[in-house]
Parts: sequence; structure tokens; C-alpha cells
Amino acid sequence: MAASSTGSDALIHARGLTKRFDKLLAVDAIDFDVQRGEAFGFLGPNGAGKTSTMRMIGCVSVPSVGELRVLGMNPVKNGPRIRARLGVVPQADTLDMELRVEENLLTYARYFDIPRDIARRRTRELLEFVQLSDRAKDGVEPLSGGMKRRLTIARALVNEPELLLLDEPTTGLDPQARHLVWDRLYRLKQRGVTIVLTTHYMDEAEQLCDRLVVMDKAKIVASGSPRSLITQYSTREVLELRFSIDAPPSLDSKLEGLADRVEVLPDRVLLYTHDGEAAAAVLHGRGVQPESTLVRRSTLEDVFLRLTGRSLIE
Amino acid sequence: MTGVLRFLEHHAVLYRRTWKGTIFVSFVSPLLFLAAMGLGLGSLISQGPVRTVDGVSYLAFLAPGLLAATTMQTAYVETTYPIIAKIQWLRTYDGMLATPLTIGNVVVGEICWLAFRLATVAIIFFLVMLVFGTVHTTLAPLAILVAILNGLAFGAPILAFTATQKTDNAFSVIGRFIITPLFLLGGAFFPIHQLPQFLQGIAWLTPLAHGVALARGLTIGRITSSAGMDVVVLLGYATVGIIAASITMRRRLSK
Repeated sequence: MAASSTGSDALIHARGLTKRFDKLLAVDAIDFDVQRGEAFGFLGPNGAGKTSTMRMIGCVSVPSVGELRVLGMNPVKNGPRIRARLGVVPQADTLDMELRVEENLLTYARYFDIPRDIARRRTRELLEFVQLSDRAKDGVEPLSGGMKRRLTIARALVNEPELLLLDEPTTGLDPQARHLVWDRLYRLKQRGVTIVLTTHYMDEAEQLCDRLVVMDKAKIVASGSPRSLITQYSTREVLELRFSIDAPPSLDSKLEGLADRVEVLPDRVLLYTHDGEAAAAVLHGRGVQPESTLVRRSTLEDVFLRLTGRSLIE
Repeated sequence: MTGVLRFLEHHAVLYRRTWKGTIFVSFVSPLLFLAAMGLGLGSLISQGPVRTVDGVSYLAFLAPGLLAATTMQTAYVETTYPIIAKIQWLRTYDGMLATPLTIGNVVVGEICWLAFRLATVAIIFFLVMLVFGTVHTTLAPLAILVAILNGLAFGAPILAFTATQKTDNAFSVIGRFIITPLFLLGGAFFPIHQLPQFLQGIAWLTPLAHGVALARGLTIGRITSSAGMDVVVLLGYATVGIIAASITMRRRLSK
């Protein structure tokens, strides 16, 4: 299923894109287009093929089969020319531990053939942007995870890229550090930088992405804006019921007619319904007494559950 | 080409911090070896029944051999741990390959850097030889080039091997079973023809025997007809190693 039908003017254009490692099919014939200026996400669990896709877009890994164009060029033939205009934030930081914070940016700028004086000016501005100016002369090792991540993002911006690729930008960060990263990415988006990111956090996808594809087992299983995906694949609200583990009730008959769909998870029961409060009241009337109830809006997590029968983070 | 220069800048930035230490070590090691073995052991030999080794003083015999053996060691050190660190532990190459730099730039750049390191080690070693007065011919400075080529003949194949490794376990095996035995038995300290027959055969299969023979021939002024063959063997090991490294590095880094 194509994420968008337009192709020619897209910043990234993929048709039947496939990556195979020996016997493992990592990416299985996916189609998508990323337009200039949008924030585009690959949402899926670990092992869904997100990173392999990113490495093909980043002109590091060669597609096994299929068509891929990045910035209108062929990544296999024009790798260096494309990469000159990309910023890449890999899943694992590749910062240079032997260099100081500012040297990491200065040295990296030189790989892009950026003259030293311009590199110095950009380094100063970028450290400011990621709020690391006061650490410029420090080593990299003592930085916190969030700081390292921000430094990696600053490094990826040193060539003023048109397209920024981020592979799980906030995995492993604490909530505060994540929000700081999101804030910076949001600012970049406002400046017109096209952002492509992978994530297995549905809140990250909802916060940052204009459009996303849901990946599972090497394939794209759905695509659209976060809102349209939720509308299409879930109900407006979700009623979550938790029961005490000792006395799991037999619910079958009591849930009848209450919800569009019911998901029984190991630790809770999810009722997909237009009106969660109303459903809760009816349940109460039928004598069901859960330990706790929660009414919430549907999220991409629910979309994923619906599409794959599994949770995003297992 | 600019890509290779950009790649080398990274080395240069780091080397600016460590060069004093490495230069110091490059002086001390030949100084100690030539003093202890060349002068110390050499004085015993000069008082013995033979007095000379292959017709020259032990010091003059030892110095060029040790020059070649030293660049072999340098090549081993430079192409094992630092390379796997950049492939796997620090992922330095991954960061570089997200820029216009290519895998070809990385391979050529590492070979160039290795050649530079070998050159500093060989030149310093040669200076120490001058101090010890073991250089007697005008062709002797060519031994520096031989030592560099000898280092590349080891370094390039080891680089190719390193790119296939997931851990550093094999490096100590190479050190213990190839580099150290060759250092001790490969012709630097005594003539290869004194080894048992089958070991002589093995010794001549390695680049070191050829590097030692060439370097020694140049510094004691005794170039033999086999010199051309020695150069061919060294060039062969280096060339095949560089081609192999291009293949294994590409395989490793483009997954």
C-alpha cells in the first residue's frame, strides 16, 4: 500500500523497496514517499525493518530489490552527493569519545568539506541550539544520555541538511530528556527541515509526525496521519479495566453490545467504544466490579494492537 | 582524493595529542635493543670463535633486521585494536560513512595513515642506527622505504582480517603465534639459514624474511640477485592485502 501516490517531486521515493540479509527478509517490498517539509515516521516494534530502511535511505546499505530515490538521486550511484545533503542520527551514538564536545562538531564538519571558519561558527550556533554551549570544551564521556543524543543531533545538522534522518531518537532517554529532544526537533521542523524518524514510541510518533507508516514484520501495514490512523483503526475512546489477578472474572456475556471491539491483554481488558464513561456505567449496572477503570482517548498503540494483535513494546 | 584527506584529518587531530609519546617510544625501543643486543651480546660474539655474523659485526647485522621487524610490529598494533574499535566499539566509521566519505576513502585513508606511522617509526629507527654507526652505504636510506613496505605487507592483510572480526580474541592469537615468533625467529636476530630446514621454508613464505634481507642488503652494502624477488613478494603481500581489505571492509560496513 502506497503512503502517497505522488512520486516525482518527493524527497524520498520508494517502490517495492526490499532488503534481504542472507535468509532474513528485513524489509519486504515497501512503498512510501516523503514530501519536502514534512515530518515522516516509521512506527513499529523492534525488528520490524525500520533501521534497515533508514540505512538504505542513508545510502549506507544497498537495497536488495526495488526502487529508491533520495533527493531525486539513486543512493547506490550518488551516495556521497546525497549524503552531503543529509543529516543522520543513528540509533547508537557514534560520537568520538577521544574528542571534546566542540571538536566532535568541527571534525565532522570537515568530512563535508566545510571550511574551518564556517565550521567554527556553525559549531557555536549548534551547541547553543542543543543547549550544550557550556560543555563545549568538555569530554563526551561524562555527558548524560540526553546530552549525547543532543550532541549527535547537533552533529547531524552541521552540514545544514535538507533531510534529517533519526533512528529512534529518544530510545533509552528519561522523560525530561525526551521532551527536550522533541522540542528541538519540533523547532527544526518549523524551520522547514524535512524529518524522517523511526520510533517504537507511539507518543513520539503522535507528537512529531505529520504522517507515518506502521511497520510490522518487514512490511508496511498502515499509513496516514496519526489522527487519521486512529480514526480509521480505532474508536474515539478506550475503556481500560483492571481486575485483581486472583479473581479474573468471566466477562463474556457481560460485555455484550458494549464496545466495537474488545482486547483481552494479560494485565487488563480494553473496550473500544465511542463513549467510555457510558460503557463503564453500563458495566457497573451489570454487576462487573473491576479493581480500576480508566477512560482514555485512543492512541497509535491501539492502532498497532488492532493491526497486529500485539503491543508495540513487548 | 579529498575524501581521503578529510579522513586523514581525523587521524591528525588525534595524533596532535599523542605524537610526543609515540615518537619517544619509537626512539627508546631501538635504542634499548641495539644497546643490549647489538652492543652487549655483540661484544660477546666479537670475542667468540666466529667474531662476525654473515661477515659483519653483530650490531651491523642486527640493526637492519630489527628495523624491518619493528615495522611489522607497528603494523600489527595499528591494524588490529584501533581498527576494530572504529568498526565496532566506537562506531567511528559509521559516523563517517553518514557523510560524503566513502568506504573506499576509509580503506585508502587507513593504509595512508599506516604508511605515515610506519615512516615515522622507520625514520626514527634509522636515526638511531646512524647514532650507533651501523650505516655505511649511500643506499642505506632506502632501507626506510623497505621497512615501510614490509609494514604494509603485514598491515594490509591484517586490516583485511580485522574487518571480518566481531571480537578482539583473534588478535592476541596473531600476536602470539605469528608476530612474536617472526620477531624472534624471522631473521632479525640470527640468519634464517641457521633455522631447521622446514622452518626456513616457512620463514621465506612470510614478508618479514624478505623485508629483513632487503633492509640488511641495503645497509651493509650487499645487494644480492634475490633482491628483486624480495621486493615483488613485499609488494604482492601489500597489494593483495589492500584489495582484500577493500572487500572485507565493504562487506562489513555496508550492511
